[in-house]
Order: sequence, then C-alpha cells, then structure tokens
Amino acid sequence: MPKGTKIALGLALIPFLMLVLALPFVNRVGPFVLGLPFLLFWIVLWIFLTPFILMAAYWAENKFNKNDKQGKS
Amino acid sequence: MNAALLIILATIVFSAAVGIFAGRKVKMTLENWTVGGRRFGVVLIWLLMAGEIYTTFTFLGASGWAYSRGAPTFYILIYGTLAYTASFFILPAVWKAGKRFGLHTQPDFFIKRYESRSLGVIVALIGVVSIIPYLQLQLTGLGFIVEVSSNGAIRSNVAILLAFVLTCAFVFTSGIRGSAWVSVIKDVLMIAAVTIVGIGVPRIYFGSHGKMFRALAEAHPGHLVFPGATANLSVLWVMTTALLTGLGFYMWPHVFGSAFSAKSAETIKKNAVIMPFYQIPILLVFMAGFTALLVMPGLKNGDLAFLELVNKTYPPWFMGFVGAAGAVTAMVPASVLVLFASTLLAKNVYQSGFSPRASEATVLRLSRIMVLVIMGFALLFAFYLPNALVNLLLIGYDGVTQFFPGVVLGLFWKGVRRSGVLWGLTTGFVLAAVLVFTKHDPFLGMNAGFVALVVNAAVTVAVSRFSGAKDENNGQVA
Repeated sequence: MPKGTKIALGLALIPFLMLVLALPFVNRVGPFVLGLPFLLFWIVLWIFLTPFILMAAYWAENKFNKNDKQGKS
Repeated sequence: MNAALLIILATIVFSAAVGIFAGRKVKMTLENWTVGGRRFGVVLIWLLMAGEIYTTFTFLGASGWAYSRGAPTFYILIYGTLAYTASFFILPAVWKAGKRFGLHTQPDFFIKRYESRSLGVIVALIGVVSIIPYLQLQLTGLGFIVEVSSNGAIRSNVAILLAFVLTCAFVFTSGIRGSAWVSVIKDVLMIAAVTIVGIGVPRIYFGSHGKMFRALAEAHPGHLVFPGATANLSVLWVMTTALLTGLGFYMWPHVFGSAFSAKSAETIKKNAVIMPFYQIPILLVFMAGFTALLVMPGLKNGDLAFLELVNKTYPPWFMGFVGAAGAVTAMVPASVLVLFASTLLAKNVYQSGFSPRASEATVLRLSRIMVLVIMGFALLFAFYLPNALVNLLLIGYDGVTQFFPGVVLGLFWKGVRRSGVLWGLTTGFVLAAVLVFTKHDPFLGMNAGFVALVVNAAVTVAVSRFSGAKDENNGQVA
C-alpha cells in the first residue's frame, strides 16, 4: 500500500473513533458548550472537523502517491 | 386562491420546467440518461448527491425523531459524516471501474467483477425492492407537506398526482441531468427554510438556542442523552446504527450509480472532502424539533412537529414557502430513485437476465416505460395502502448495506470469489429480514442490520478462502 494511502486511511479513522467508539464516554448533558448539551456539541465538533481531516488526507495522498498515479488508489 | 397555494404551485411547476429544460440540448442515450455522460464537475455532483441525502425524511423524520425520541436522532448527523469519509476511498475506485468498463449501475459492477449475470439480477432485485417503499415514502411525505402547508387548499392526493406527472416528465426527458438541476432550486429553498426556522424558533420562544436546550434539559432530563425518550435505542444501538447506515449509504443503487456521473475520480474525492459541511443544517432541523417539544407537547404524530411549529409561529405565506421547499425536497430524491429503479429493471433484470442481445436503445426505451410503471406502483401504494410498505422500509437500509462486502472486497481484495459474495449476501439479507420481522431489532442492543452485515462479511471471506475454484477474472476490476 502506498505511503500516502496509509496516512489517509489513518486520518480517516479519526471520525470513526470520535463519532462511534467515543460515544459511551461523551453521553452526558453537561457541561453546555456554545449553548449545546455536551453530547450534541461533541458530535457537531467532529462533524465540523472532518472536512479538514479529509483535506489533510487528500493532501497526503497527492504528496506521497505522486509516482503511483497509474496505480490503484 | 391563497398565497401559500400560489407559492407551492409556482415553485413545483417552475422546478419541473427547469428539469425538463436541462436535458433539451443533450441527445438522449443510455449513457447520458443514467450517468449524465460522465461529465459532471464538482458542483453538479455535489448538488446531485446532496439532493439524494436531503429527502422528506430530513424535514419530517429528523425533527419528528428529535421531538418524540430525543438524542437517538443524532445518529442522522453521525452517519452522513461516516458515509462521506468512507466514500473518500470507495467511490473513486468505483468510478474508475465504471469508466474502464462502461458501467451504468450497481448490478453492472457485480456482473463485471464477479462474471455472473445471475448475481447482477439478484442485486438488481434487492435494489428495486428496497427503492419502491422509499419512493412511496417521498410521495406520501409530499402529499402530507403540501396539504398541511396549504391549509388544506390542496388535498394530499391532488398534490401527489401533480408531483407524479411533473417528476415523470423531467426524468423522462432529461434523466439524471434533470435531477441535478432541480436540485439547485431544492437546495436553495430547503437550506433557507431550515435556517430561518431552525435559528428562528428557539430565539422567538426562548431568546436563544442555549436557553432552549437548558429549558429542555430541565423539563425532560433524559431527552438529550441516549437512549432519549426510548426504551431500547441505547448508546450501542446508536453506534451500530451509525456504522450500518454510514457504510450502507453509498450502497443504495441510486447513490452508488450517481458516482458514475462524475467527470473524474478526482471530482468525487474533492466532493467527499466538502460533503460533511452539508450535515450542519440537520442540526437546525433538530433544534426545531426540540423547540416544538417544549412549545407544543403532546402532538399525536411527531412527524408533524416541524410543520405544526411553523404553522403556529409564522404567517401563512411563509408556510407556503416551507411547503414548496418540502415538495421539491420530495421530488428530487423521487426522481433519482425512480430513474435508477427503472434502469435496474430494464438493464439488469430484462437485459442481463433474459435478453442479453437487447440494444442500448431498447434498454433506454424500456427504462423510460419503467419510470411510469414504477412511479405508478408507488402512487397506488401512496393512495390506497400508505402503510403496507412500512415493513419493507424498515428493511431497506439493512438490505442494501449487505452489498458492502461484495463492493469493497471486490474493489480491494483479489481473493474474493463469486461464491463467497453470493453466500454472504444471501445470508446477510435473510438474517436481517428474520431479525427485523420477528421483532428482534435491536438484537442484543445492536442494530439487527449491523449484526447481519458482520455475519455477511465473515461468510464472504470464509467461503472465498475455502473455494478453490478459480472461476473468476481474479480482480480485474480492482
């Protein structure tokens, strides 16, 4: 597997960890953040961060997979 | 004629006109009809995919769940984000296979990858059976929205019939291109309506959304954490449901097929990066649902929470605006659903199953006829048996997600075999159906479809490993 793809997959794991595996630990009403109950704040926060994580993944693939353009993604 | 009525009628007629016009200069071949000639750039692909994600369920269902079930509704926010993240890796590979082998549909992929026309027919049939209830839901939802928001001036059945004619017209003439262009109107209206209401109502009744949430936390302490107001939608259920629907989203035949419309693999990848931002408006829909619970508790039908709240808060013309947005929000997904269901029947059941020599022109002609047949079916169900398909709807996501191992292993693992996919898919589908219909969903606290998916993946891998026969093209597509 090309290096860029490895980095991208590693980055893509973050939303799955934060939005699925972490849920039992953030299932609480308080403290309120930005007016949102904590559970909802946590979910919204990671949804908002995911595009930036994917941007980094996109960048990593382009940077490290340059010689692999013809190969499998 | 009242203002709401005028706004609703003008909007849906105008939208359909845009849809019909979108395909006027394009010569209609099967390629142009189903996958837009593989020429859509980032913007059109984004609009098309967003058009498929925001359905009437977003308007009525998400706010209804927030109203009557509470926190478990958050899974809707989560699964979309997971789906886009997964699509970053899966869809470009799907697109490349599509380009290389001239694929139009999801069963085309299975047929090519596993060299099995019968597998293609099975996938097509599961796809169509999953799509029809979903299509009917759009029509029923549309009737509902238009009748309530026009204050009864347009009866539900009249609205459904009108939407039927207009949607068929633009699907018939423009194919997928029509859906993408109507999506432009739909997105603008929908986002405007949701933003105005979602930001507006907590302010109007409580001063700010923060005060609304605090009031809610005091009045209903358990509502804002899992399992909310439900008995069995625990954290584990939310986790497994988010995973199931997140992985399953792109397995819907119409969403999978839309990937082929992009002009390059790069386009889809860029699209996947920006899509999660599009989840944010759903947060506003939740806020409307939560506000409704405090302002007007005890509604018999939670799905009406959004509309009833708008009705109570805003003048009738604004209600018309929301109704218009809701109507177009039903028409766009309906058009894509019917387009792909028709193509599946014409191309992958008729041509692959019975008449491999049928020409592309014949398949296109048959697809167009199938648009009327399938919409007609959905219409009849919506009119006469609106609740008959509810059971099928329950199993829709569970069913299409069973394609996941066949697609992903097919793309990235050379060792997967036709027999493995056949056994895995069948086991997963039957297991999901048995668990759901015998009321074992959730199963041990987990989403039953997710349990079936895990078993499916295990069976697919195990059977592939143990079947020595090299009867396949050894991962040519991958």
